[in-house]
Amino acid sequence: MLSDTDTAPVDATPASTLGVTEEDVRRIVREEVQRAFAKDPAARKAAIVASKGTLDWAYPPLILANAAAAVGMDVSVFFTFYGLNIIHKDFAKKLKIDPVGNPAMPMPVHIPDIVSSLPGMVPMASAMMRSKFAKRNVATIGELLQSAREAEVRLVACQMTVDVFGYTPDDFVDGVRFAGAAAFMAEARRAHVTMFI
Amino acid sequence: MQQITEDQTVDARDLMCPMPVMAAMKARRRLPPGQVLKILATDRGSLSDIPAWAEANGDEMLDFGEDNGVFVFYVRKSGDE
Repeated sequence: MLSDTDTAPVDATPASTLGVTEEDVRRIVREEVQRAFAKDPAARKAAIVASKGTLDWAYPPLILANAAAAVGMDVSVFFTFYGLNIIHKDFAKKLKIDPVGNPAMPMPVHIPDIVSSLPGMVPMASAMMRSKFAKRNVATIGELLQSAREAEVRLVACQMTVDVFGYTPDDFVDGVRFAGAAAFMAEARRAHVTMFI
Repeated sequence: MQQITEDQTVDARDLMCPMPVMAAMKARRRLPPGQVLKILATDRGSLSDIPAWAEANGDEMLDFGEDNGVFVFYVRKSGDE
């Protein structure tokens, strides 16, 4: 049976005899990794899926898409299913928030679901959220869309769900393009940042 | 804060995340390499966002300070663009 010393490569020169310390080796490797990462185009690509169509869920994909573009990334957002609401021309009317079954939504007083489900509660909750955000100067969905377009974020509508919901290309805000899931995947596989929201 | 002369100023006061960096990005695009951008912001998120944004672009954070609740950043645009 071979011992450890028998299997050790005979030509391995200890780093110390080359005048290189372990710290030097670690630093060189770290620098090389950073250099490779900087050259890797995938490090500068983000592909985001926006699948939800409520007012609260419209924010995260648009905020992250804008932020990714700001740090120099090439960004695509693929809007599918209810996420299509976000890029619909009537997004201001379509994006609402429903307090029913949403225990995380802050309310001035506790409102039981049986009351929340009464007519008028959805518009009220939506107006509350809009005014809360407006008071803190959070950008509106319209402003975030505009900003994303200016930052050259690609807004892509999922063709299949566009067809299923009976939308036409004219139903969407300017600059939206149309593609399928495979086209999204072809982009996402070259992106280090991919998110499903 | 030391005295730095800026070439352009971005007033992002009262804007909330992610709009301060979007405003800074727009101004940076028009800025020649090597010039200094001064950014004013009140969003507390900008304390981490502006330095991260500068680093991602390879820019140099020259200075940072706070004046009456307004954060002031000085960023020098990198020369390799």
